[in-house]
Amino acid sequence: MIYADNAATTKMSEAAVNIMSSLIRDTYGNPSSLYSFGQKAKEVLEQAREEIAGLIGAEPREIIFTSGGSEADNQAIISAARLGAKKGKKHIVSSAFEHHAVLHTLNKLSKEGFEITLLDVHENGIIKPEEVASAIREDTCLVTIMYANNEIGTVQDIKSIGEICREKGVLFHTDAVQAVGHLKINVKEQNIDMLSASAHKFHGPKGVGFLYARKGILLTNLIEGGAQEKGRRAGTENVPGIAAMAEALKEAVADIDKNTARLIPVRDRIIAGLNEIPHSALNGDAGSRLPSNINFCFEGIEGESLLLLLDDKGIAASSGSACTSGSLDPSHVLLAIGRVHDVAHGSLRLSIGEDITDEEADYIINSVKEVVEYLRGFSPVWRDLVAGKTQFIL
Amino acid sequence: MALYSEKVMDHFRNPRNVGVIEDADGVGEVGNAKCGDIMKMYLKIEDGIVKDVKFETFGCGSAIASSSMATELIKGKPVEEARQLTNQAVAEALDGLPDYKMHCSVLAQEAIEAALKDYESKKEE
Ligand SMILES: Cc1ncc(COP(=O)(O)O)c(C=O)c1O
Ligand SMILES: [Zn+2]
Repeated sequence: MIYADNAATTKMSEAAVNIMSSLIRDTYGNPSSLYSFGQKAKEVLEQAREEIAGLIGAEPREIIFTSGGSEADNQAIISAARLGAKKGKKHIVSSAFEHHAVLHTLNKLSKEGFEITLLDVHENGIIKPEEVASAIREDTCLVTIMYANNEIGTVQDIKSIGEICREKGVLFHTDAVQAVGHLKINVKEQNIDMLSASAHKFHGPKGVGFLYARKGILLTNLIEGGAQEKGRRAGTENVPGIAAMAEALKEAVADIDKNTARLIPVRDRIIAGLNEIPHSALNGDAGSRLPSNINFCFEGIEGESLLLLLDDKGIAASSGSACTSGSLDPSHVLLAIGRVHDVAHGSLRLSIGEDITDEEADYIINSVKEVVEYLRGFSPVWRDLVAGKTQFIL
Repeated sequence: MALYSEKVMDHFRNPRNVGVIEDADGVGEVGNAKCGDIMKMYLKIEDGIVKDVKFETFGCGSAIASSSMATELIKGKPVEEARQLTNQAVAEALDGLPDYKMHCSVLAQEAIEAALKDYESKKEE
């Protein structure tokens, strides 16, 4: 199998697996226990916190371990909203193509009387920092903009956006779930107040993540109970998972340059190959995008059938079609960059792994070409397009 | 766990009766690109019997499989029987569809209904 769905989740690194299994077996003490066996687990936990903090330019006490990216997003946004509400500030700036962990949380807040401004992400999937600046009002309590988009891979100018927020005295959160371990991040240099990350996106385990929150930001506790995480997140810590996350992040960050140098040419080779398919288009900016991300729309076909046939050819990929989401609407991300429904249904996301070979890249290109042509062969939509009864969009 | 039954996958991978009938007696097209599934059915009818049927589908795996199965269920059958085809019969013949995919079997039923309606209206002319 060629696993080309690394934006969905990644394979755990060997080192992370080893650390996790040895801790599960041998270091099962509760970090809150007084005796040395518990304190051994506490040590592992705090060492992981220190390592992770160092890897993103934060301080250890600014890292709160969570169950993953969704929880970190929820906690960051709810915390900023509670802080804002105390000062009568109930306006939040975000973007139209955020992950649902952000959008649904914002939706919940809008029902509580918050006003949400969702910025345009334009056809290239890039937010203009000056539009962030002009969206900020007197009563804005938070700007939350994702670092890199999970579907189309576009990367935002986080430093500039952070600078604007800092100048205006507004908290800035970024969902960096797709960026951490893949792009160089320094929360201090980039003016980031809060940042969400998830281990399973950088070769760590599932169900573990962290929230970075600059010191001085009072967090709202989403999970009530014990005093773990300095009272900011109750529940006995997932020590093996957290240690494995730290190990995975250490490796990922150390390899960023190497992986980027490897992935970008392969990514661009696949993009060039797929561009040869008539009436197709790359989704998202070609330059400012994750080294692993390729996302296309193919006119006249539907994404789920494309995925199933690629699966038969041993390629694991993803699509933003309605039929893969279980709803009638295709991906909100593709709609946000202006793809109309008809075209958005025929999308394909390939998120390649660092170990991909050139042969595998060519196999992907040829397989996609073959399957698109096959499906167009009995598509009534394609027939009408070719016959000139309807107009090509791409 | 597989998304679809073996039957669905078989009809999806090897769809029966794919294509176009140039001199069809009835043609029906249902669905729209906005919702993600479009089916087009072509019927050749002789002596009240569905002599031939072909389809074209833009859609997901279950849409393609449902079209394919629907054509099999009506091919060679009297028009009256084809008219009775229900989406449940299509779904059952496929050993079931996930709940949120049942609309695909509804489309298959509607496509055949539309093609038969077209046939009736042409006959009246
Ligand atoms: C951008 C983004 N945010 C948040 C999440 C949620 O992360 P998790 O699965 O760890 O809750 C994901 C993962 O799908 C993501 O890609
Ligand atoms: Zn469907």
